[in-house]
Amino acid sequence: MTTRLPPVDGEWIDRKKSLGFRFEGGDFTGFAGDTPASALWAAGVRTLGRSFKYHRPRGLLSAANHDVNAMVQWGQKLNTRADVEALVDGMVLDAINTQGGVASDRLRILNSLGRFLPVGFYYKAFHRPKALAAFWERVFRRLTGLGRLDFSTPHIRTPKRYDYADVLVVGAGPSGLSAALAAARTGAQVVVVDENARIGGSLVYQRGGAAATLDRLRALEVELRAMPNVSLRPATLAAGWYTDHWVPLIDATRMTKLRARAVVVAGGVFEQPAVFRGNDVPGVMLASAAQRLVYRHAVKPMNTAVALVGNADGYRAVLDLLAAGVTVAAVVDLRPAGEPGPFGGAVRDHGVRVLAGHGVYEAVAEGDRLAAALVCPLDAAGNAVTGKVTRIPCDGLVMSVGWAPAAAMLYQAGTRMRFDPVTQQFVPERLGDGIFAAGRVNGVHDIEARFLDGTRAGLEAARHAGRTVEGPMPVVPAETVAPSHPWPFVSHPSGKDFVDFDEDLQTKDFANAVQEGFDNIELLKRYSTVGMGPSQGKHSNMNAIRILAKLRGMQPGEVGTTTARPFFHPVPLSHLAGRGFHPHRETPFHPRHVALGAKWMQAGIWLRPEYYEVAGESREACIRAEVRAVRSGVGLIDVGTLGKLELRGPDAAKFLERVYVGKFAGLKPGMTRYGVMVDESGVVIDDGVIARLSDEHFYFTTTTTGSATVYRELQRLNAEWNMEIGIVNATGAFAALNLAGPHSRAVLGRLTSVDLTHAAFPYLGLRETEVAGAPVRLMRVGFVGETGYEIHVPAEYALHVWDAIMEAGRAEGIRPFGVEAQRMLRLEKGHIIVGQDTDGLTTPDEAALEWAVKMDKPFFVGQRSLAILKKRGPRQKLVGFALEPGASVVPKECHLVIIDGAIKGRVTSIGFSEALGHHVGLALVAPDITAEGTALPIRVDNAYAAARVVPLPFYDPAGDRQKLPD
Amino acid sequence: MKLLCCPVNGLRPVSEFAYGGEVRAMPDPATCSDDQWADHVFNRSGIPGVKIEWWYHLPSGVWFHAERDVVADRVLRTWMPGEEAAP
Repeated sequence: MTTRLPPVDGEWIDRKKSLGFRFEGGDFTGFAGDTPASALWAAGVRTLGRSFKYHRPRGLLSAANHDVNAMVQWGQKLNTRADVEALVDGMVLDAINTQGGVASDRLRILNSLGRFLPVGFYYKAFHRPKALAAFWERVFRRLTGLGRLDFSTPHIRTPKRYDYADVLVVGAGPSGLSAALAAARTGAQVVVVDENARIGGSLVYQRGGAAATLDRLRALEVELRAMPNVSLRPATLAAGWYTDHWVPLIDATRMTKLRARAVVVAGGVFEQPAVFRGNDVPGVMLASAAQRLVYRHAVKPMNTAVALVGNADGYRAVLDLLAAGVTVAAVVDLRPAGEPGPFGGAVRDHGVRVLAGHGVYEAVAEGDRLAAALVCPLDAAGNAVTGKVTRIPCDGLVMSVGWAPAAAMLYQAGTRMRFDPVTQQFVPERLGDGIFAAGRVNGVHDIEARFLDGTRAGLEAARHAGRTVEGPMPVVPAETVAPSHPWPFVSHPSGKDFVDFDEDLQTKDFANAVQEGFDNIELLKRYSTVGMGPSQGKHSNMNAIRILAKLRGMQPGEVGTTTARPFFHPVPLSHLAGRGFHPHRETPFHPRHVALGAKWMQAGIWLRPEYYEVAGESREACIRAEVRAVRSGVGLIDVGTLGKLELRGPDAAKFLERVYVGKFAGLKPGMTRYGVMVDESGVVIDDGVIARLSDEHFYFTTTTTGSATVYRELQRLNAEWNMEIGIVNATGAFAALNLAGPHSRAVLGRLTSVDLTHAAFPYLGLRETEVAGAPVRLMRVGFVGETGYEIHVPAEYALHVWDAIMEAGRAEGIRPFGVEAQRMLRLEKGHIIVGQDTDGLTTPDEAALEWAVKMDKPFFVGQRSLAILKKRGPRQKLVGFALEPGASVVPKECHLVIIDGAIKGRVTSIGFSEALGHHVGLALVAPDITAEGTALPIRVDNAYAAARVVPLPFYDPAGDRQKLPD
Repeated sequence: MKLLCCPVNGLRPVSEFAYGGEVRAMPDPATCSDDQWADHVFNRSGIPGVKIEWWYHLPSGVWFHAERDVVADRVLRTWMPGEEAAP
């Protein structure tokens, strides 16, 4: 049996394209332009899904993206909304949240157990007894749920698109299209989005049996499509509003991040259900849902209808039903006076029985579908007069009792809303900057007024976007009658009168929640879960507010609304997940490292060779061989990841003395000095080598990870101090190498004309010279504790210099070494790594760097804090420790020093020193256990490593090796 | 996403900027008490209202001052330190 209507003017379906699909094992057909729900409804299927809690049969409610009880699983795509998803040939669909299929769901037993499942049931079950929480969780997870996740679903990459508009119009109904037209006529670039498959909004389906609205729509569409500055985007959801009009637009395939100068929200209203017993029986639907079925999909929603109305819109819907050939058995009007307007008269002219001052007491189901409505008069207080119940047989019941604004974006944009007693609706009171509301979301319901209001909003938005707007603004007449009934409830002692269809909440649940003390709208929401289902309260929040207002003797405006956060609708996670970008930097030597078999490690944003792999050798063996090469021959390491800053100007030395703890005014040009930087609280934040090229020109390094932040902070300090200096970040401009080892001087000597003798180029000296013909800054540094040179070369010469050095060192067996070997070499010398051997509280004193601090300066950052801290003495001290040769228990970094059950410190660095034949390390320990020879028991799992404090540095304490004679 | 006006580069998305904290005067370290100094180093004002803050435009390395209503998160004006604030 099909209830497809003969062709309807403006229908969205294409009758030439028949589509086959499966639903719950049955075969069905529909047309292109159908949704699964409309095709199933046309085929006579009434149970489209099961409710979340009681597993009651549910049909079509809104046909407007809010039918969360008609959600289906389509293969890997779960939680597909059957009321809006476009029908596709070959779709295989199953209702979610059932056991044994939608028709004979075994869990429907829960419907009769309702009284054991009171409001707040989940919370209560989880609370007491606590031991049963895990049991209940398993039970609930089996009984409830939204779709089955298929973990084999492929990773889908969804690139984002970025877009721009002068005016973004959200909603393509009469007010939105008018706004777009008005804005576009000023020359503004206009983007119009609408979540529906086609534009038109209510012009498509709220026709009152006439063609006028459709004609208006067609005229508007022709005009808008002819304008090159208008982009009409149906099937696109504006998912939220973010600061400065940054709006994510969601379509079937991607998210577009659109920036607008102004936004017009013309998203209309959500039709609200009436609340009575059985208002969820399949066949009971919102009047607008019936109208959508008729005009979009040419489906006759029912054969015989009862219309429960509380506004003029309901009468218009009755005219639409009559036009579709539906027999309207009765119009049940909650209002004692009925409908005075023209739609009321037109309905009466059709000879339809109108029962004013009546309500629906119960919708009666037979075999899971609507069979009759029990109708009775209402007394002056709105209660059912149960002695006068009339049974009216029907297979459809439409509800038209009120509307709630689709105001989520307005709320997000900081709009203050007020409850308007005339329209019985929340309307904008004060809008945010550049955001405008138009049409029914703005409380304007009359159709002609909506065209005017849209034009007004469009012009205001265009003006805000900087367009010239001439002439007077349209004057929008005020509403005089309420399109929403203030109390669309008829109570029944047996309940099953649903307020929230997502969460199966009944009127009594609210009364109970309020009685238990959850009498604030935000508390009520969280306790009862009203509005927390997939439809996010779009058809439940307004009624919840009305209930709470009534229970507390307040007006809805005093109760207020809950916060409407983005996103407006659930969005597939695949739309949000983008590509994972993990940018890293490579030094100019990268290709050489690759050719040498480098094993990479991450150092801040950089990739650095951890070590160079030699075929057949273990990681440990490779690292030790690299260390050995440096100690006994010559090694080469890429240190280009260090931050490299240029500082020039008359105040350069003065500036350095203010940002480093040491002194630099007396540093001679051609010399370098180690520097430590502390923050305002005196904590070590960075270290490096400061080289003086001339009186007013310094070149200094920062740690690899600190370069960006140090550069930024130095810039900020100078913005504050306004000294005569300029700082340039030359980190990427220079490549840097460290050539170290007893043979380094000999190797370098073959490539440069500079006199490398000890007398001519002393330890810590600096020369601007050339190596292998390339201009370099050459520094004689300790670094790894051997004679060594740091070579800073403009990046474009980097590979040439590398190759020249490797060639020159061939006879000495030059070997490139990586970060691990460097770490071990430097550890042997007791050199600290800022951030590893120090933490967020370590002062120079504690890090054994007090020698670098010169307190006798007028000022440096952190000086005052260090002076205060000095009075208190150190909290901890960095000490060197050694293990016995052959120690079996070897700690790692962060293992704790524990004495008499108390934590006395922790290991910050450790490694095996081949030169010394045992492990050495650094530890931050309590000041009372720093004396040489003190035992440091370090707990490793269940054993203790026997370490003892030894003086630093471990290797070559006199530093002879870095000053080897010529 | 928020837009912020860099005095050098104009209106740019806030993801290009770093926040540098409220602009605060340092007490004279030579004369202030330990408590005053500790207060300066460790305490920040959480009082809502209009504040002058440091902001940094990352790609170009420009520090500037922004007067911001931290309650409404509205930037009232931005200017280069040392230059007179534009009205």
